[in-house]
Amino acid sequence: MFTLLQIELFKIFKRPRTYISFAAIAAMILIIQLGLKFDGKSYLQLLMSGISDSFFVPYDMILNGYLVAFVILNTLLIQVPLLIALVAGDVIAGEANMGTLRLLVTKPVSRTELMLAKYAASVVYTVLLLIWMALLALFLSMLFFGTNDMLIARNDVMEQISRNDILWRYIAAFGYAAVALSTVAALAFLLSVFAENSIGPIVSTISIVVVLTILSEMKIPLYDNTVKPYLFTSHMLAWKGFFYSKANGDGQAIRGSVENLPAILRSLGILLSYIVLFVTAAIIVFRKKDILS
Amino acid sequence: MPSIIKVSNLSKYFNEIKAVEDLSFSINEGDVYGFLGQNGAGKSTTIRMLLTLIEPTNGEIAIFGMNLRTHRKEILRKVGAVIERPDLYKYLTAYENIAMFAKMSGVKISKNKLLEQLEQVGLAERAHSKVKTYSLGMKQRLGIAVALVNDPQLVILDEPTNGLDPQGIADVRNLILHLSKHQGRTVLVSSHLLSEIELIANRMLIVDKGKKIVEGPVQELFDPAEMMVELQTVNTAKTLDVINHSKWKEALKKQQQDTFIFKMHRNEIPVFNSYLVSNKVEVLSIQPRHSLEDYFLSLTSANQHVHAFAN
Repeated sequence: MFTLLQIELFKIFKRPRTYISFAAIAAMILIIQLGLKFDGKSYLQLLMSGISDSFFVPYDMILNGYLVAFVILNTLLIQVPLLIALVAGDVIAGEANMGTLRLLVTKPVSRTELMLAKYAASVVYTVLLLIWMALLALFLSMLFFGTNDMLIARNDVMEQISRNDILWRYIAAFGYAAVALSTVAALAFLLSVFAENSIGPIVSTISIVVVLTILSEMKIPLYDNTVKPYLFTSHMLAWKGFFYSKANGDGQAIRGSVENLPAILRSLGILLSYIVLFVTAAIIVFRKKDILS
Repeated sequence: MPSIIKVSNLSKYFNEIKAVEDLSFSINEGDVYGFLGQNGAGKSTTIRMLLTLIEPTNGEIAIFGMNLRTHRKEILRKVGAVIERPDLYKYLTAYENIAMFAKMSGVKISKNKLLEQLEQVGLAERAHSKVKTYSLGMKQRLGIAVALVNDPQLVILDEPTNGLDPQGIADVRNLILHLSKHQGRTVLVSSHLLSEIELIANRMLIVDKGKKIVEGPVQELFDPAEMMVELQTVNTAKTLDVINHSKWKEALKKQQQDTFIFKMHRNEIPVFNSYLVSNKVEVLSIQPRHSLEDYFLSLTSANQHVHAFAN
């Protein structure tokens, strides 16, 4: 199984187009950092417009590496699913299109092992992409903008997190994002089994994610309690919960606390369930599939 | 001779389409087994079932004495295959392709040995070039090298000469003979290049519309002295009547409109001709054919397509 995983990773990282995702993320992050470096204050004024009448907002203090990383994460974790689908949607359909799938299936490895190795390789790719994103979004931002306490606006509340209490939250958030994006990878992986060309699974994955995200975000009572809690897209942004602390009696953030950890863990559980469901379905279908390509 | 492959009552239906129907055959150790049929006859479907790419609808397959369903991995460790066109990873080099498939096959093989295998198929100088720069003939040779990387006892080649030039076809033929005669491997080769099968196979199977037409040693099925004779006459009904009341009735293999196909020894042809004339059958042409191709055409529905083109 480990040998198969090595082979799958070798194939992924030998393809030039794999690096398009890394380049795209780097470009997007640098563009955002550049913009904020030159005109971050205007952006923050817009962001804080709801509360600037009630609070004094020290823009110079809050425009630091931690906030910039938060802004980048908020923006990119909507687009990154496309980059994940580009690789995960190709793992089976791309091989069928190239004609190499029939070679793989005639080797002395079980179809289940092959599928698990391919999905695991997609997850490794996802994690490496996130690590790349973390390095650029967080550490580069810390370098360019320095560090300080982080101020997050939530509705009519402003939450201040001490600079010494932030880094572990980012590690947890990236870890959660890895699971969220692995769910997208699992969906693309499942759709890849049905196609002989990777365009179909990639477009289908993105379409499904977009439609379900819209459904998750819409405030329609009919869907609020019936459908939304069970959509995986409703749980993909739960990583933000790591930045919401509990407050003490004086309204100060309690260091090392998370306001609603059970909710985050519940969301994590739902995402993991979807991963198991998608991957299991993909394996079952692939085991029975006639390879005609 | 022990059977390397034993296929019993194999069938494959794709919805209503019967791609393979109740096919049974066996391949002995050391055979070069020719698998013949026109396009769409069921050859590739059968080969894909042997390689577990397709699940049979009915029937059993045993390879090396083991049931393919229950001993898949053990069997595939000893099998190498080239299936139709040789598709490999175009963005990898030849060396990377063969090394990767060696790893997948569970074979521990040194870099020098892998390069040796590429040298055996004439690709040593281009071992580190990307496959996308290769010609079709080079890709075919690389496909064969990949098929042999795990030192298989059984080699399955599905249409290995498709798209190759005459030199390429000759190279593949020589390779097949070398695999069998000098390396003692069992080779199953499917083709519609009948002239090639004639030169290399010792046993063969002919299929048409998913069914077995004939199976056996090439020499027994195809005796050069025994030939197919094509007869065309003016009055088809009278000809048929005359033949049905004669000893030539058993020799008649096929009739299509005004054309009759007989199988007879070459010495019988003049006697047959005299008999027809004496019974006032007006003969337009009587043509002996003596190649495997004609034998094949006479047995399968390909013949009607040949005549359609001729007309």
